[in-house]
Amino acid sequence: MNTSTSPSREFWFGVRAELPILLGVIPFGLIYGILALGAGLSPFDAQAMSTVVFAGSAQFMTAQLISAATPMLVVIVTGFVINLRHALYSASIAPYTKHLPLSWKAALAYLLTDEAYAVTIIHYQQEGELTYKHWFFLGAGLALWTCWQISTGVGIFLGAQIPAAWGLDFALPLTFIALVVPGLKDRPGVITAAIASLAALLFFGFPFKLGLLASAFVAIAAGLWSEGK
Amino acid sequence: MNIWLVMIIIGLFTFATRFIFIALLERIKLPRNFQRALRFVPIAVLSAIIAPELGYTNNQLALIPTNPRLLAGIVATLVAYKTKSVIWTISAGMAVFWVLHLWM
Repeated sequence: MNTSTSPSREFWFGVRAELPILLGVIPFGLIYGILALGAGLSPFDAQAMSTVVFAGSAQFMTAQLISAATPMLVVIVTGFVINLRHALYSASIAPYTKHLPLSWKAALAYLLTDEAYAVTIIHYQQEGELTYKHWFFLGAGLALWTCWQISTGVGIFLGAQIPAAWGLDFALPLTFIALVVPGLKDRPGVITAAIASLAALLFFGFPFKLGLLASAFVAIAAGLWSEGK
Repeated sequence: MNIWLVMIIIGLFTFATRFIFIALLERIKLPRNFQRALRFVPIAVLSAIIAPELGYTNNQLALIPTNPRLLAGIVATLVAYKTKSVIWTISAGMAVFWVLHLWM
């Protein structure tokens, strides 16, 4: 095992760590492209949203709400609320990026999606030198970004060729299962996951997807309580 | 509605939520309990995203054995626990999902 690191080693290590996740992201991107056209966005606007917003669930929601002629303010507030979870990611990553210049911080923040966060935080939490780990983050983030742009582009191009009945969108929650489950190493972790799942089922009806954040907070509190016992 | 205005505002909000703590951490000192809580963030948020995807179909709670997503999700969880492999987890989950879908 070679333990020496360098920027390029870390970068490609990050790209490789992200690759299996892309399997779950590609169908999601294809479906977004298809759905955005169906919602009445022009191909150019649909693709532009993938770079300007660059957040899957917010893009789906925006496309859907626009097609339902929702008032602009409601679309914006909903998008904001759905993406609030990224503030939790930001707080969770921040201790590891403290030493970086602002330009790096801004670039990494732009790339801080669910999927990039999931592999990067695992890498940061492992032992080892912090020196080049931001290159891992950059590799994972750019791999996802590139994949997202291409798959939404292909989705827009394909139009409605892929039948929804294939259920390819289901690959994304499966990806998250693959990321969360191996990390459940102790009792507080398992309790956090169980409470989050239960609460998310109970709070599903909350407006503006607020159930997601409410569940996360309840579960984090439960994890802390269990750890403190 | 001006789609570009909506996109740019949501894009700026999204960037701001991703940037805020990364940018400000040097200037604010996070309380100790808050730092302890951060370890649970990925587990809590991702689990809360997963559960409704498995437990709801067409916005109806469906914690029943005829819900293909629920069964496929349970199988995927077991496979993830045993193999720790993303590819095996997705493959097993999709396989169960498709088989049940054809069946039911």
